[in-house]
Amino acid sequence: MAQYAAPGQDGSVVSYEPRYDHWIGGEYVKPAKGQYFENPSPVTGQTFTEMARGTADDVERALDAAHGAADAWGRTSVTERAIVLNRIADRMEANLEKLAVAETWENGKPVRETLAADLPLAIDHFRYFAGAIRAQEGSLGELDDDTVAYHFHEPLGVVAQIIPWNFPILMATWKLAPALAAGNAVVLKPAEQTPASIHLLMSLIADLLPPGVVNIVNGFGFEAGKPLASSPRVAKVAFTGETTTGRLIMQYASENIKPVTLELGGKSPNIFFDDVSAADDDFYDKALEGFTMFALNQGEVCTCPSRALIQQGHYADFLAAAVKRTEAVKQGNPLDTDTMVGAQASNDQLEKILSYLDIGRQEGAKVLTGGARAELPGDLAGGYYVQPTIFQGDNAMRIFQEEIFGPVVSVAPFADFADGIKIANDTLYGLGAGVWTRDINTAYRAGRAIQAGRVWTNCYHAYPAHAAFGGYKQSGIGRENHKMMLEHYQQTKNLLISYSPKAMGFF
Amino acid sequence: MNHAQPTGSAAPTAGPARPPVSRVELTAAAEELIRSLHGRHGSLMFHQSGGCCDGSAPMCFPAGEFRTGSSDVQLAALSVEGVAEPITFWMSASQFERWKHTHLTVDVVPGRGSGFSLEAPDGVRFLIRSRLLTSDELAQLP
Repeated sequence: MAQYAAPGQDGSVVSYEPRYDHWIGGEYVKPAKGQYFENPSPVTGQTFTEMARGTADDVERALDAAHGAADAWGRTSVTERAIVLNRIADRMEANLEKLAVAETWENGKPVRETLAADLPLAIDHFRYFAGAIRAQEGSLGELDDDTVAYHFHEPLGVVAQIIPWNFPILMATWKLAPALAAGNAVVLKPAEQTPASIHLLMSLIADLLPPGVVNIVNGFGFEAGKPLASSPRVAKVAFTGETTTGRLIMQYASENIKPVTLELGGKSPNIFFDDVSAADDDFYDKALEGFTMFALNQGEVCTCPSRALIQQGHYADFLAAAVKRTEAVKQGNPLDTDTMVGAQASNDQLEKILSYLDIGRQEGAKVLTGGARAELPGDLAGGYYVQPTIFQGDNAMRIFQEEIFGPVVSVAPFADFADGIKIANDTLYGLGAGVWTRDINTAYRAGRAIQAGRVWTNCYHAYPAHAAFGGYKQSGIGRENHKMMLEHYQQTKNLLISYSPKAMGFF
Repeated sequence: MNHAQPTGSAAPTAGPARPPVSRVELTAAAEELIRSLHGRHGSLMFHQSGGCCDGSAPMCFPAGEFRTGSSDVQLAALSVEGVAEPITFWMSASQFERWKHTHLTVDVVPGRGSGFSLEAPDGVRFLIRSRLLTSDELAQLP
C-alpha cells in the first residue's frame, strides 16, 4: 500500500496553481468580468483552487484565437500533426503519476484507476489518432472513362467541445485527439465540477501546440457553455452529458445548421446466463468481477453496468457470490493505492444518489448490501462517499430506468434468452451492455439482439482505442474512440472532374 | 404537443375543498431560489433531464430557452409567491412513462453544476426528491 500526499502538500508529486485563468491563444487570459469560482476536492470537500468564470466575451476571445490558428493548423501535413499528438502522448507518459494524482484529487476517483486506466488510456488515445490520421485516405470513384470523383477529407475549422466531469482528462482526450488529428482548432469547456486538471495537462503540453489551436474557457453552462454551443462561429459541437442539455445543444446547433455529436448516457444491462456458473473457475471469477464493475469510478460512468440481469437457474447462488464480492470492495482515501472506490465527484451528485436510494426503497426494492452514505474518518469526513449498493427489484422501478451515476446496481432475474433480451432492451437508452456466457452462440445472438452501441462480451469496462463507442436510442449520436470519429470532425470535399474535352451536348 | 396533459391542478372533485393533487411541488428553499432567479432572469421553466452525468436533475431555464415539442409532457404549472407567472415543469414523454407513478419535489442542495441550469453559478443545485403517488392521488390525476 502507498498513499500519495494531496496535491500541494509536502511530499506531493504535483501541485495545482491557486488560480486558473482561461487558456486562450497560447496564454492565460483573465476573465472579462473578473469573476472566479471555487473548485473543491470531493476527497475532502475543501477548495483547492479557483477558476475563471467565463462569459460570452471570453468565449468570443477564444473563438478569435481559434479562428486565427485554424487555417494554418488545418494545412499542416498529417505527418506534422501526428508528430504533435505523439509528443503530447510522450509528455503525458513522462508525467503520468503527476496527472493521475491531480486527476484523483479533482474528481475523487481512486488513484489506482487514474494510474492504470484514465491516464494510460488517454496517452494511447493520442497515439491512436496520430496513427489513424496518417493511415486515413480519401477515395476516388471512376465514374466512366472520362470522369472521376475524388473525395478529400478537410477539417471543419473551429469546433466546440463540452467535457463531462467523470473522466475529465480522458473525456477531453476522446474529443481533442480526433479533432486535432483532423486539423481543427478547438474551444473546449471543461465541466465546472472538474475544471482544473485539463489546465494542469495544458501546462505540460502547451509548448507542443501552436497558440490558438486549443483554447480552454472555464465556467458554467448557461454563462459559458451556451455562448459556445450557440455560436455561429463554431463548425460543430461535441458534448457528453445528459439528455436535456443534449437536446438544448442540438437546438442551438440547429439555429446555425451545424452538426453535433452527443453522448448522453445509458442504463446498461449486464446479463449473466445460467452457464456462467457451470464451473467454479477463472471465468466464473471474471464474471463476478464483471458484476462488481458497477462500482468502478464510483458508478460515475455513462456505461455503468447498473442493471444486472441474472438468469433464474443460478440467480440465488450467483447473486450471493456477487454480494460477497461487492462487500470485499475497499472504500477509502482515493489517494491510497489500495482503495477501489473513492468519492463521488460533487455534493449534488452525492445528494442525487441518496435520493435514488430513497425512492428505490419506497418502490419496494430490497437492499442486499450498502444503501447509505459512507462515513469516513478524519479529513475525509467532508468528502462525498457512498457505500457500494446492490438493490434487488423489478425493471419497471425507477432505479432500473435512470442512470443513478453512483455505485449502485439494480438486480433482477430473467427466465430465458428472450426474456433476458426483452428486459435488457426495456430502457430509453442504448449505450453499453454486458453479456456473460460460456456458449459462443448465445453470446453472439445476445450481442446482436441488444440495442446498444457497445456490447461487452465476457468482459466489461474496457475502453481501448479502436473500438467504437456511442449510443443507440436516446444515448446520443456519433461514435468516439475509433477512427470513424475522424469523419465527425471532417468535411468531405468532392472534386468531380471530367477529363473529356468534348461538350456535354445540351447547349 | 401534449399541453393538455397533466398540469398542476387536478380535475375538480365533488365534496369539500381539498388541496389540488399535483405531480410536482417545490420546497421552501426551491421557491426562494426561484424568486431569486426570476429576479435576475425573468420567467422560468424546468425540464427534467435523464441520462448520465447530471442526468436526473431538473434543469431550470429562462422560459422558452428550451423548446418543448410533441415529445414532451408538461407535468405542472407551479405557483410561487412573488412570481407572477407559473413555472412550467416539463419532461420528455418517454421518460414520463417511466416516472408517472412518482411524485416529484424540487429541492435545493449545495453543489457545483451542471448542464445549462441557471442556478449553478450560485453554488447550489436543484434536486429531485421522489415519493410514490398514492392510489388516491393517481385516481385524481388526469
